[in-house]
Amino acid sequence: MSQPLLKVDHLTVGFPSKSGVVKAVTDVSFEIRPGEVLAVVGESGSGKSVTALAMMRLHSRSTQITGTVTFDGVDLLSLSEEKMRSIRGRDIAMIFQDPMTALNPVFTVGDQIVEAIRLHRKDMTKEGAWNRAVELLDLVGVPEPKRRAAQYPHEFSGGMRQRAMIAMAISNDPKLLIADEPTTALDVTVQAQVMEVLHDVKRATGSAIMLITHDLGLVAGSADRVQVMYASRLFETGTIDDIFYGSRNPYTLALLDSIPDLEGIKDELHAIPGNPPSLLNPPSGCPFRPRCSMAIDVCREATPELVMIDGSHASRCHRANELAVEAAGATS
Amino acid sequence: MADILIPNPGSLGAADELEGLSEKPKSFGRLAFERFVRHRLALIGVVGLLLIAFAFIVGPSLSGYSFDQPDVLNRLQGPSGEHWFGTDEIGRDLFTRTARGGRYSLSIGLLAATVATAFGTLMGATAGYFGKTVDVVISQVINLILVVPAILILSLFALKFGSTWWRLALVLSGLLWTRIARIVRGIVLSLKEQEYVMAARAAGASHARIVLRHILPNVVSAVVVEITLLVGTVIVLESTLSFLNLGVKPPETSLGLLVYDAKGKIDDDPIRVLTPGIMIVLIVLFVNFVGDGLRDALDPKSKLEKH
Repeated sequence: MSQPLLKVDHLTVGFPSKSGVVKAVTDVSFEIRPGEVLAVVGESGSGKSVTALAMMRLHSRSTQITGTVTFDGVDLLSLSEEKMRSIRGRDIAMIFQDPMTALNPVFTVGDQIVEAIRLHRKDMTKEGAWNRAVELLDLVGVPEPKRRAAQYPHEFSGGMRQRAMIAMAISNDPKLLIADEPTTALDVTVQAQVMEVLHDVKRATGSAIMLITHDLGLVAGSADRVQVMYASRLFETGTIDDIFYGSRNPYTLALLDSIPDLEGIKDELHAIPGNPPSLLNPPSGCPFRPRCSMAIDVCREATPELVMIDGSHASRCHRANELAVEAAGATS
Repeated sequence: MADILIPNPGSLGAADELEGLSEKPKSFGRLAFERFVRHRLALIGVVGLLLIAFAFIVGPSLSGYSFDQPDVLNRLQGPSGEHWFGTDEIGRDLFTRTARGGRYSLSIGLLAATVATAFGTLMGATAGYFGKTVDVVISQVINLILVVPAILILSLFALKFGSTWWRLALVLSGLLWTRIARIVRGIVLSLKEQEYVMAARAAGASHARIVLRHILPNVVSAVVVEITLLVGTVIVLESTLSFLNLGVKPPETSLGLLVYDAKGKIDDDPIRVLTPGIMIVLIVLFVNFVGDGLRDALDPKSKLEKH
């Protein structure tokens, strides 16, 4: 494969608080290759969004960040704020979770796309940018884009607003699109449409996408690779097949087990017992240990490392190898 | 505000327009103007204020009297064809004096409210958006100004600077900006957590751009109402200062001073209190109407309807 577009190395993000530093991201390393869709999965508070915000340097000033984020050969964490501004929105764009609040209520949708364009292309006239905005709205499937561009966000439905957000995000043909739970606030049929739009956009622009979500169903249909986060750490990373059919991690397996089964074979809805641990005083050893059905003594004593299983697949579990035997036993 | 004119959709056919299917896109300014002129109370306010201002400016030359010319033979007269609002203790024409004082009060009110709003909005937005030390410093200055009795600050500064009307207006706005700043700070504190602010940052916008283009337009509707309330407050405060002999100096006059002059005469000659009093009430009322109309006009969510 080609050179990675984005390379995150040992990224750690801490929020100082009165009772100590809360580590929201601990030693996370990963890569995104050009044109690839990487899904980041995890419960609320597992550090998915914080990772993305830290990459974009959109965190508050008191946040403590170590590690490196290399984008297209440039170390983002050491760039000046001004240079960083020119990368945001042009090379890396972001789509947010709640389309209801991510558009400014006092400007028309078209004006907001025009602004996103002209922030990075000063040479473009207002008329030119407006026509481009209409084209973009058309591209993301907003009907009657000419008329809709002149409307205000409150005149748009949730799905249409998310389309408008996508249009705004892709207005400068970014190389990387970070979609932070783009469908969480939408209802299921609209979710599917918005994912469809994201795929069209990917085909049209060739952007890589970092899809942050807690919906495994969404991941299965759209991602090339998946990484699972739990309690600020990467727990497993691999291809769709690695994760869905050959997972070597009890947390991933528990997540997969809690997907409701529509065919009615499972009567019961499985949930993972307990709650994610406090990031202020994490438990000793493996952070998933208190909730893990496979926990043994060593899990209490040492935090497992993220261990490579094969070229693309890595898992953080002391008993990853036993799971492989089990999986092999189950299929034979 | 958004002043981007939206190009007419060229491809929409004439047939569409005939059937009223195509809504011709209009600029925000145009829409706001249309909403404003359809707001009946706002129009009454504008027309009322213009009439009052016109009367204050033209009135003295119509009455044929000078505002400071005593006429001891015609003291303390009631309203008549000769003296429309009557005369005071030394026979000065009260209509001319009301017009003169009204002009003075109106000028101070508008200038002080405008300056206080501009400065207060800037300070409040800065404190709210940047938070931390900036917020602490600005908030403490505001608290200090609010905690020291207003009249004390006012008298000190009025004594030192307040000889002309615009200086007095600046002194008053130096006190009143705190009210606006607190309101704006509160709104900005909540607005900056909105996702569109994060989205604007993610799109590469600078802090200055975010505050000026994304946050302030959302503050306008709240601030506009506050301006109109301020105009009233300023007129009343100016009267207080004049009462303490710190504002306007006789024979110059203001609406507040005219009310004060009439004190003790309310039983014998209620008209004398009422004429400048009603003027104050009318000015404040009309300014409030205008503010109400502006708030509705500047809110993109309001529809084009008659109020």
